[in-house]
Amino acid sequence: MISHPTAAELSEAIAAFDAEAATPGDARHAFLARVADNARATVAREAELGARLEAEAIERLKVLLGLDGDFAALNAALCEALYRGEISPRDPAVLAHLRATAIGQIRIDQPTYGGLEALLAAG
Amino acid sequence: MDVSAALDRLAPRLSPAATGARNARRLSGGASLETWAFDLDDGTPLILRRRPDGALPRDTALPLASEAALIRAADAAGAPAPSVVHVCEPEDGVGEAYVMRRLEGETLGRRIVRDEAFANIRPGLARRCGEVLARIHAIPTAGLPPLATSDARGELARYEGLYRQMGAQRPILEAAFRWLESIAPPPPDRSVLVHGDFRNGNLMIHPENGLVGVLDWELAHLGDPAEDLGWMCVNSWRFGEWRKPVGGFGDYADLLAGHGGDIPLERVKFWQALGSLKWGVMCLMMYQSFATGADRSIERAMIGRRTSETEIDLVALMEAA
Repeated sequence: MISHPTAAELSEAIAAFDAEAATPGDARHAFLARVADNARATVAREAELGARLEAEAIERLKVLLGLDGDFAALNAALCEALYRGEISPRDPAVLAHLRATAIGQIRIDQPTYGGLEALLAAG
Repeated sequence: MDVSAALDRLAPRLSPAATGARNARRLSGGASLETWAFDLDDGTPLILRRRPDGALPRDTALPLASEAALIRAADAAGAPAPSVVHVCEPEDGVGEAYVMRRLEGETLGRRIVRDEAFANIRPGLARRCGEVLARIHAIPTAGLPPLATSDARGELARYEGLYRQMGAQRPILEAAFRWLESIAPPPPDRSVLVHGDFRNGNLMIHPENGLVGVLDWELAHLGDPAEDLGWMCVNSWRFGEWRKPVGGFGDYADLLAGHGGDIPLERVKFWQALGSLKWGVMCLMMYQSFATGADRSIERAMIGRRTSETEIDLVALMEAA
């Protein structure tokens, strides 16, 4: 599951913003309104793509680590193995998983980010 | 505090011909410091930088009097910087602050990398950035206010510590810490004045005169000159123009040549990757202020979702290494 923030936290922040009264001509409020619109679009993309991306990540992690478990447990195991140096950050199989993870998450968080096009162009 | 009234009272100390100030308005951006634009009644356009009332100085940010001293040093060294007019005293009644001349130009990266108005100056801008950084890096450090010193390993360790404190599980950041640790360069032979935040957003760009002011010196420190060059190349400030590594407008070769050809590209690319990693950790930290309830704004929540932009950039950099 995507965290920092979770979709539920985003929805909560959107609701709190929507409940605020706007002063006409308030530049800060206008800026936050655009941020809230982006947040709504992010939540919608996560609702559409999140479950499938997580299921795919679980399958990749099971093969990579030779372990079973839910996404949080497998992801934590990968972090721990990288931290301890048990897996090299340059291991092609690890990099392939990290690449797929990064592409999946940017498609939810910021699909127009230039780094997505750059990574895909790099093959 | 009524900043507008305080500036009106301060006006005669800012210019001999002035009797008052007008049009004081707070500019957006800058969470830790306030920036106000105002005019004296003799027509002088000015900027006030001040620490908000009750704000605690952050451990990594400089006192504003130090920031003003660095801008004066840069100005004296021939680097483009706004002239500092006045460093405020307690009796001025505006708090911790200084006043500088207001420069004409644009800081928004999106416009600088795309707008037709900047098409003429874009081709020379990367080289100019390199030249300006060389002047900053050549400033004698003996006469500067007290500054922290850092190097590649120190910065990596500091940001890994910040990351660990948050308890986030981000495998790409974990991989990047280990990768960068394995290739971190030794400290430079001589530590130089590093601006510390030299990127689109902090550079005042004029459509005809190009780079006319280096702003926001609050993260300045002593360290590796390659740090400033690498930070300028982080993809997060290319505003979609990812094929132009230097700020979305130029190439590495021009930036390096402008600096004098004394820094290897490999060293700049290390600092660029560390820059992406640092920005990723900063995004998580800003989200943390939402999570802990310190700032429940939608902005603080959403910035956490910018961590993934640094992750996709780090994957690209690890693949290419």
